[in-house]
Amino acid sequence: MTWLWFFAKIGVALGIIFSLGPVCIMGDRKISAWIQGRVGPNRVGPWGTFQPIADILKLMMKEVIVPDGVDKVLFLGGPLIVFIAPVFGYCVIPFGNQIGEEKLQVVNLDIGLLFIMSVLSVGVYGITLGGWASNNKFSLMGSLRASAQLISYELTFGLTMLLVVMMSASADPLKSASVDLSKIVLHQAEYGWNIFGGATWWGLPSGLIGFVLLFTCAMAENNRLPFDMAECEAELVGGYHTEYSGMGFAMYMFSEYCSMILSASLIVTLFLGGWSFPYLTDPADHSFLAGVISIGVFFTKICIILFLYIQLRWTLPRFRYDQVMSLGWKTFLPLALVNIGYMAVIGVFLEKP
Amino acid sequence: MVWAQVAIYLLIVTCLGLGMSYTGYFFLAPSRPRALKQEAYECGVPQMAGSRERFSVRFYLIAIMFILFDIETVFLIPWAVLYKQLGVPGLVEIGIFFAVLGFGLAYLWRRGGLEWD
Repeated sequence: MTWLWFFAKIGVALGIIFSLGPVCIMGDRKISAWIQGRVGPNRVGPWGTFQPIADILKLMMKEVIVPDGVDKVLFLGGPLIVFIAPVFGYCVIPFGNQIGEEKLQVVNLDIGLLFIMSVLSVGVYGITLGGWASNNKFSLMGSLRASAQLISYELTFGLTMLLVVMMSASADPLKSASVDLSKIVLHQAEYGWNIFGGATWWGLPSGLIGFVLLFTCAMAENNRLPFDMAECEAELVGGYHTEYSGMGFAMYMFSEYCSMILSASLIVTLFLGGWSFPYLTDPADHSFLAGVISIGVFFTKICIILFLYIQLRWTLPRFRYDQVMSLGWKTFLPLALVNIGYMAVIGVFLEKP
Repeated sequence: MVWAQVAIYLLIVTCLGLGMSYTGYFFLAPSRPRALKQEAYECGVPQMAGSRERFSVRFYLIAIMFILFDIETVFLIPWAVLYKQLGVPGLVEIGIFFAVLGFGLAYLWRRGGLEWD
């Protein structure tokens, strides 16, 4: 029975990724068309909804060109690493409330947050190796830029996760949520979402700043447009995947959306209360219906965050590379450190739960 | 038990990734190599030299700095879990740690380690 539940939960987790991924690709093109006053894809299926399927089929049938002078193993392995990292990370995201005894989380790891931190970093390897193996100077530049940018924003990412751990801590060791993601969500369902500062109103500025930091860092980690230093068509031809054709290229594109979905789920889990919503879900209700409702709430929240991602892409001008790095190191890192210091002081002196 | 589940999940994800990446490559896609087609595209003109060249040392410095600060983040996690139990003494001790960290960042900044030119 446990194993049946386990495979059912894998089905839901992979279902979220593999259903939202194509929807994201489609949504990206439709929303950008809407913002730019175009029609967007509208030929394949009703309103162009089958476009992602047609794209995938076309790319699968395309010849995979492995140029001369590339490191073949790394060239073919790069897209695989980039794909595996975000999808693997999804196994600790709690996507719903408990049903009976089973927590709706593929694997209920105690160290969920640390696991996510480590798995997210692996994606950098795929980009760096893919770019380096391509035997292309511009790909090399793109992948180096991408890796430097990713690791710079990884710092603020980690520190903001630390802030969430502090918000979910409690004076009673047994009640403390620690780094267990499902307990962090339960804590938020009980005391209020972390974006509003967790248990006390004193945490409000800390929560808001932390949310903005995590959101922006997630955007930078995914190489989304204001931070698309890895691709930057204007300077580096096509960035780290210039030499890729067919399915290798498709995997890079698809895994960008996979990591967007993972980041959105992480933002929702850490700051926006996960599957909980006031008056709609009850943490103590472990019935099947309540579980399904909580999955629905979680899904809706992810969709809202993803819409924000796509909409911001066409709203903000893109950065120059030195601006990206100085934003990460000179603004975000000190801000995150000050934020943690503030949270520590109010946590120790003002808050006594 | 838990880690067996993690391993099974990783196996499933890896199989999915392998299937998606290489089904087309091995079974569906044509392969008609030609000398001109197999050249690296780079930027559209014939390549002058390979890409295995030297690159800016800045990237190496960024990586070193990242390792330093990331390890400090990891050091902060045990404190963050227990900071309410540790109370004021813990706050003072982590304050000293923060001061060292902040001093390191300020030094790096002052010496121009964060500038890109």
